[in-house]
Amino acid sequence: MLEVVGITQIFGGVTALEDVSFSIRKGDITGVIGPNGAGKTTLFNIITGIYTQTSGKVLFEEKDVSGLPPERLARLSMVRTFQNIELFGGMTVHENVMVGMHTKSSSSLFSCALKMPWSIFEERRIREASMKWLEFTGITELADVTAANLPFGKGRLLEIARALAVEPRIILMDEPAAGLNSQETLALGQLIKRIRDLGITVLLVEHDMELVMDICDRIVVLNLGRKLAEGTPREIQDNPDVISAYLGDDD
Amino acid sequence: MSLSLLSRGEMQFDQLLQYTLSGLSTGAIYALIGIGFSIIYNATGIINFAQGEFVMLGGLFTLTCLDLLKLPIWAAVPCAVVASTVAGLLFERLAIRPLKAPTPINLVIITIGGSILIRGLAMLAWGKDTHSIPSFSGDDPIAIGGATILPQHLWILAITVIIIIINKYYFYYTISGKAMRACAYNRRAAGLVGIDVRRMVLFSFLISSAMGAMAGIIVAPLTMTAYDVGVMLGLKGFCAAIIGGMSSGMATVVGGLLLGILESLGAGLISSGYKDAIAFIILLLILFIRPQGLFGKADSERV
Amino acid sequence: MKRELIKFICFSLFVMLMPSFFKGGYLMNVLVFVGINTMLAIALNLLLGYAGQISLGHAGFFGLGAYLSGIMTVTYGWNPWQAMPVAAIAVGCLAYLIGFPILKLKGHYLAMATLGIGIIIYIVFNETYDLTGGPSGLSGIPNLELGGIVFDTDVKNYYLIWTFTLAVVLFSINLANSRVGRALRAVHDSEVAARVVGVNARLLKVQVFALSAVLSSLAGSLYAHTMTFISPASFGFNFSVELLTMVVIGGLGSVYGSFLGAALLTLLPEFLRSANDYDIIIYGGLLVIMVMFMPGGLVRGIPDLFKKVFKTKGGADHA
Repeated sequence: MLEVVGITQIFGGVTALEDVSFSIRKGDITGVIGPNGAGKTTLFNIITGIYTQTSGKVLFEEKDVSGLPPERLARLSMVRTFQNIELFGGMTVHENVMVGMHTKSSSSLFSCALKMPWSIFEERRIREASMKWLEFTGITELADVTAANLPFGKGRLLEIARALAVEPRIILMDEPAAGLNSQETLALGQLIKRIRDLGITVLLVEHDMELVMDICDRIVVLNLGRKLAEGTPREIQDNPDVISAYLGDDD
Repeated sequence: MSLSLLSRGEMQFDQLLQYTLSGLSTGAIYALIGIGFSIIYNATGIINFAQGEFVMLGGLFTLTCLDLLKLPIWAAVPCAVVASTVAGLLFERLAIRPLKAPTPINLVIITIGGSILIRGLAMLAWGKDTHSIPSFSGDDPIAIGGATILPQHLWILAITVIIIIINKYYFYYTISGKAMRACAYNRRAAGLVGIDVRRMVLFSFLISSAMGAMAGIIVAPLTMTAYDVGVMLGLKGFCAAIIGGMSSGMATVVGGLLLGILESLGAGLISSGYKDAIAFIILLLILFIRPQGLFGKADSERV
Repeated sequence: MKRELIKFICFSLFVMLMPSFFKGGYLMNVLVFVGINTMLAIALNLLLGYAGQISLGHAGFFGLGAYLSGIMTVTYGWNPWQAMPVAAIAVGCLAYLIGFPILKLKGHYLAMATLGIGIIIYIVFNETYDLTGGPSGLSGIPNLELGGIVFDTDVKNYYLIWTFTLAVVLFSINLANSRVGRALRAVHDSEVAARVVGVNARLLKVQVFALSAVLSSLAGSLYAHTMTFISPASFGFNFSVELLTMVVIGGLGSVYGSFLGAALLTLLPEFLRSANDYDIIIYGGLLVIMVMFMPGGLVRGIPDLFKKVFKTKGGADHA
């Protein structure tokens, strides 16, 4: 479904990623883990079109999507969330999710401004369909709250709801549990499983090992810009290289 | 252009020399103003739209010192610089520092508002007339090749060189200059190692308003001065800074000189009416094609 | 949505009943300008308030509309009704083309670049004597005419201009509460997040820039045909700043705020006739004060102020 082939990223002489390759199966929850500075976020930014890699390719559903900007990727049904949640702070929760349906609607600037019948019809469809995602993430009662006033945990849910409104086939989450308390993290794990049950492939970068080991079907471990290991949670837990990378090597 | 040059021969060469020489002195003025822009930008991330007003204040304060206080020119100039610098510091304290939400758009609006306010107050104080200031040392033209320049032109070039040297010394050999450079590289990190960033912001306004005022003073004998001369001079200074990639060093000086010469040549050879347009066309071209400045390395940070 | 409609109907009634209070006095002429300035302020607000992109060159687009309309009707004898849309389309195309490189720039750089465009346009008005008449201006521009009515008095012009202005108000309100308007506000709040959910931020910004220029051009054409005389002085940098002031004072991202800002800044100099030269100080002072103390503009600042006064009063009652 998603394949990363030989990605190398050099920032002004510093090699952040070196020849990283792996592939993700459709319908899996895949976790990318690694100590700080392993290059996880860089990799994420490359896959989602925020950075352009020095060399290597990203294939999405057998199509080369390297270097495509994020708005093109959204139209190809790839969407992401951010570590420090990026909301549209001046808009309501409901409006935030409605923006998520941008690619699933098409009224032009003029037909919107002139209130053409089809754009009124479309507006109603957007309004109703976006409610569905608020329900899915359990924030329906916050629909009319201004997004900037949300507590962090709810903001995270809103960001996920907005991403789901794009109707993606793959969703990439950058440290979704960062800043959440243990209860919220548990609920998040359940939510991510429910997202997978909708048939959406999930790729996440995460520090919370418990969450990763609990929900991931497969795990990729990065260390110092290279792929260290890849496998099921059990395989990763038993991998001596991974253990030494995390605990520090004595020899 | 080159064809007509060939056909008209030597006289045209003298003319070209003349345009270049007068372009150099206006260019020096643009360079000074441009460095002022860059210093504030590097220390604070603000493009100070009010920069030109300090140029205007320099000229008009000199006028007051000369006419009203009857000071000799060597005393009037430093007094005017001090007065304009105080205005610059007040501007930072009263308009920039209290800003609660310093987003770029708010900063653009507030510095524009401040510049209009300063211009309006200057209009109240000095009226709408254009004033002239005597040259520093007479008006006898000096012949250079087939061209002539005025003593004031030499003053402009000499003072600009001196200011640039002082500037260089300050930034590279004094503690506070080095701290300013640290702020320019990374404001947060500078704050973490104990540099008082707010003080540096104030310093940057101090230096750039003093430099702007000096530019306004030395150019006033040539171009006259009035409450509204700051707008155009400020914008041209900004063009110089953009050509120089917002550097507070030689790149902006070269940018200013280049702009001055191109403008003067354009006005002489093409049309004097479009003289001001030349600077803005250069500005747009640089912003569109090489936003890092003519000499900078590729670095898209500031766009 | 219902509430928006009611607001709009009330506003329209207010506007349409206005002339009966003044019986065609001198103020009618000023109110015509309030209409034109409202249209311009809304145009700039779409760009600045909704999309978050500044422009200091809108007086240039306003001027282009006026001059294109003027030249087509005076020099080439076109009908004003033909000249107006042609001018608007031409200005829109120009803005669309420069929009791509210019909207790559952000913040201060965008401000400087748009300012440069405005000044270049202004210089062209002054220098192309054969077309524009240079600094002395272009006169003899025909009034608009519709079904035998010539719009040549202040009262007639009032209704003409305000019909257009109300149309622009409705147009902008609809736009703001639609898929496109939401995408614009999203780009303003977080461009990267908007792009991630599929909003083509760059194209959208360029489209709004062009739309804003088209509306400004339309206002320019109407200005030319009601004034019948135009000169470059009306389209300089100072007017761009005045427009910016209207938008900021009224409130970023509020259509009715733009009306408030435009009305205040157009009426104020009339009431301060004696202080004619000092309006520049007032603009500057207003800009500084608003950004510092009422960054949300009048539309948000006044209700807040009321609330505050009301609250402190309530508190005093308790004590």
